[in-house]
Amino acid sequence: MSILDSKIPSGPIAEKWTKHKNEINLVNPANKRNIDIIVVGTGLAGASAAATLAELGYNVKTFCFQDSPRRAHSIAAQGGINASKNYQGDGDSDYRLFYDTVKGGDYRSREANVYRLAEVSSNIIDQCVAQGVPFAREYGGLLDNRSFGGVLVSRTFYAKGQTGQQLLLGAYSAMNRQINRGKIQAFNRHEMMDIVKVDGKARGIIARNLVTGEIERHSAHAVVLASGGYGNVFFLSTNAMGSNVTAAWRAHKKGAFFANPCFTQIHPTCIPVSGDLQAKLTLMSESLRNDGRIWVPKHKKDAEAIRAGKLKPTEIKEEDRDYYLERRYPAFGNLVPRDVASRAAKERCDAGYGVNKTGQAVYLDFASAIERYGKEKAFSSGHKNPSQEEIIKLGKEVVESKYGNLFDMYQKITDQNPYETPMMIFPAVHYTMGGLWVDYNLMTTIPGCYAAGEANFSDHGANRLGASALMQGLADGYFVLPYTIGDYLSSDIQTGPISTETKEFEQAEKEVRDSLDRLMNIKGDKPVDYFHRKLGLIMWNKCGMSRNEKELKEAIEEIAQLREEFYSNVRIPGKATVKNAELEKASRVADFLELGELFAKDALERNESCGGHFREEYQTEDGEALRDDENYRYVSAWEYKGQPKDAVLHKEQLIFENIELKTRSYK
Amino acid sequence: MKLKLNIWRQEDANAKGQFENYDLDGIDGDMSFLEMLDVLNNNLIEQGVEPVEFDHDCREGICGMCSLQINGEPHGPDRRVTTCQLHMRKFKDGDTITIEPFRAKAFPVVKDLVVDRSAFDRIQHAGGYISVNTSGNTQDANSIPIEKENADMAFNAATCIGCGACVAACKNASAMLFTSAKVSQYALLPQGEVEATERVLNMVEQMDKEGFGNCTNTGACEIECPKGISLENIARLNREYLSASFKG
Ligand SMILES: Cc1cc2nc3c(=O)[nH]c(=O)nc-3n(C[C@H](O)[C@H](O)[C@H](O)COP(=O)(O)OP(=O)(O)OC[C@H]3O[C@@H](n4cnc5c(N)ncnc54)[C@H](O)[C@@H]3O)c2cc1C
Ligand code: SF4
Ligand code: FES
Repeated sequence: MSILDSKIPSGPIAEKWTKHKNEINLVNPANKRNIDIIVVGTGLAGASAAATLAELGYNVKTFCFQDSPRRAHSIAAQGGINASKNYQGDGDSDYRLFYDTVKGGDYRSREANVYRLAEVSSNIIDQCVAQGVPFAREYGGLLDNRSFGGVLVSRTFYAKGQTGQQLLLGAYSAMNRQINRGKIQAFNRHEMMDIVKVDGKARGIIARNLVTGEIERHSAHAVVLASGGYGNVFFLSTNAMGSNVTAAWRAHKKGAFFANPCFTQIHPTCIPVSGDLQAKLTLMSESLRNDGRIWVPKHKKDAEAIRAGKLKPTEIKEEDRDYYLERRYPAFGNLVPRDVASRAAKERCDAGYGVNKTGQAVYLDFASAIERYGKEKAFSSGHKNPSQEEIIKLGKEVVESKYGNLFDMYQKITDQNPYETPMMIFPAVHYTMGGLWVDYNLMTTIPGCYAAGEANFSDHGANRLGASALMQGLADGYFVLPYTIGDYLSSDIQTGPISTETKEFEQAEKEVRDSLDRLMNIKGDKPVDYFHRKLGLIMWNKCGMSRNEKELKEAIEEIAQLREEFYSNVRIPGKATVKNAELEKASRVADFLELGELFAKDALERNESCGGHFREEYQTEDGEALRDDENYRYVSAWEYKGQPKDAVLHKEQLIFENIELKTRSYK
Repeated sequence: MKLKLNIWRQEDANAKGQFENYDLDGIDGDMSFLEMLDVLNNNLIEQGVEPVEFDHDCREGICGMCSLQINGEPHGPDRRVTTCQLHMRKFKDGDTITIEPFRAKAFPVVKDLVVDRSAFDRIQHAGGYISVNTSGNTQDANSIPIEKENADMAFNAATCIGCGACVAACKNASAMLFTSAKVSQYALLPQGEVEATERVLNMVEQMDKEGFGNCTNTGACEIECPKGISLENIARLNREYLSASFKG
């Protein structure tokens, strides 16, 4: 068994990052001009990394499959980004952000990384504001904050329900500045198909130009993968349609270990599935849980009547409602972390209290918030005796100013007015905590290949708290990777340009061509989506919100079978030498069909429940997750050995010196 | 419901395109417009016909990737929505729907309904940023308070998703609304003021170079914009441009 060297610096936790920065090798600015870096992905992690690397003086090439870097999936993030600024004076600090994140992740993340994340978080806000990111402000002109699930302080910065968009546009603008200076070359509508290794080091990629179908070779001294998460292995998720695992998976096949693939976050507040042919699920920002109360009917007969369309939620009396989160978790109530809220919703729906046609939905109700805000507003504007009507009207205005765009979005999709009737929500696959294993420098097990943002296994452990993915993506991209990469590149200053006319590039290009030809030549009967949907169902039913040994074993078999069927029966029309969206999908789904199996294998191996991984065999009497710190306090890192079933497990033991491991309780 | 689709097919940028008719059945009102196209494409593939290519990614109305001219209107008949957020309940059983790519000289067709909007990126390269280093050595974010009103206006301008509907809606194929949204966002923030003169001159120059038409204040852009970007931004751009030209 090989040893995973996490390269965590020694010394007290609060000093590790400074010490590390002081000690790692630097590249002289004049030499940076002779060094090329490829960044795959232009989401928050990739765009911020590319801009900063270019600014430091490296030559950067970026790649994304969309037509513009600005459209990367990060654009969709709604709720906000955390930072331990303590502007609200409610007791926040780097330590508290660190503590909440490690606890929220169910003690399956690396202390040193998380502390660094907390430490640089404040800088992110400063940086973004300087770039012109229009965060929400209070009347006094200062930045506003709100709170998010799993924490008791207001540390989340936001820009209405469009925080990701604004942050990404900020990072994209920083990229634009470097493009204008000639320091970044952006390759849009390009897909990375493989990584090229020379003498064991990552030295380039093979990319497909998605417009012309051409296969291209690109060389560099280092390759950064910032290609996002793999939630789309479930087919239905809140991820953008193009999100995929290809870049990470191909690197995995070339030697990068894949960590914790089974840690998936299921987000509690999504719009429920409406039909069989649906392609995408939509998230309603978790910030809604600050004001919305979650409930189902207390009596089964009421739930049944609602499902049959005979009763409206507004007709159910207060005492006949079960605010199950407030009941079960009095301390955090509706603000429990996502894994807890999601499981609780599933539990109620499985028990027969679901409220939509399929019985797979619960209510998120704003009636009491509308009343509360209405009263406050009336009072503060001098109406000491407002009528109920006035209160409701004013209350709706307040709610609209806070969540208007989310309410509009809900109405557009469901055709129901959430100001009048409670929203219906259900958990959906949202974020993947697993990803490529990286050390403290964010380097994978392939020398010179780095992973940042959602593509790495990162700092979130078994569960991610709200507003921390944006923070991690930008921390990696702006403030961590650009410095840690110097440590590696300092030995490359004499290397000179890397030629693409070598046997390694030739070989990698040939492999890519062969795999595309193989797909084109199957000429079966079924479209790619047919297989992707089938895979998604297996994943959701057997590797979803709760898992057990029997079903995981079945999933492993079924996915392997489906993969075989795919390779004998998928039909991709058209040619590989032109724009061909079906071929793009097929090669992504081919990778999902392998990753899915490794995912199930990882879940099967982990005989405990933690965070987003809930094994039915391991739970407390009242249905809470039962961790096994003694035996499973590690990161599982899988080494590729051909078929997913042959993957070899390596373990990075997690050491907690600063935080005592406790049962995660939100009661 | 049953629909008749009249769709623009074009093999690549150089090919001559034409409309093709397709019949489609089994469409549900809760489906999004793009899900309807997914259903069509799956049928086509099963029949051995090449599917219709169209751009899309987030399907949440935020990435700006989806486009489509639907019955003559960018993003279709509904107001303030992108194509991915348009639902089939806006159509009736038996409707004929004409689907074309966004048309503008500066947006060449790539294939079928996919167009190349990289001209927008190039306008941004010309000055759509604030020249601050990404070093993290910036001052504390609260050290420059910003009036809420200005912050909100900047935010509203910043919500432009770069979809290009404004260009497609405009009889002159002008990119003024898009460019003005960017110029406004920065002009309204103290951080952006420093470079305001240069920014507006460079962005407008690039916009003209890309072959977008002139703005003749017809206002179709505002009506079709899914994010409600207001014409006030164009007025602000004009003011900024004028004063920048004097400073020149
Ligand atoms: C609806 C929604 C709401 C969210 N809200 C929040 C929130 O409020 N707060 C929060 O903290 N987090 C939120 N998240 C999570 C967060 O948005 C993501 O985790 C984060 O943005 C990921 O950023 P990234 O840079 O790692 O990857 P992404 O933004 O996914 O970018 C991936 C990039 O890689 C490129 N790429 C991928 N594969 C290839 C390939 N093979 N070749 C070339 N390019 C490739 C893509 O083109 C893209 O540019 C939300 C997520 C969703 C889905
Ligand atoms: S201004 Fe409106 S229509 Fe034009 S690109 Fe921006 S969002 Fe789209
Ligand atoms: S697909 Fe993103 S806006 Fe429509």
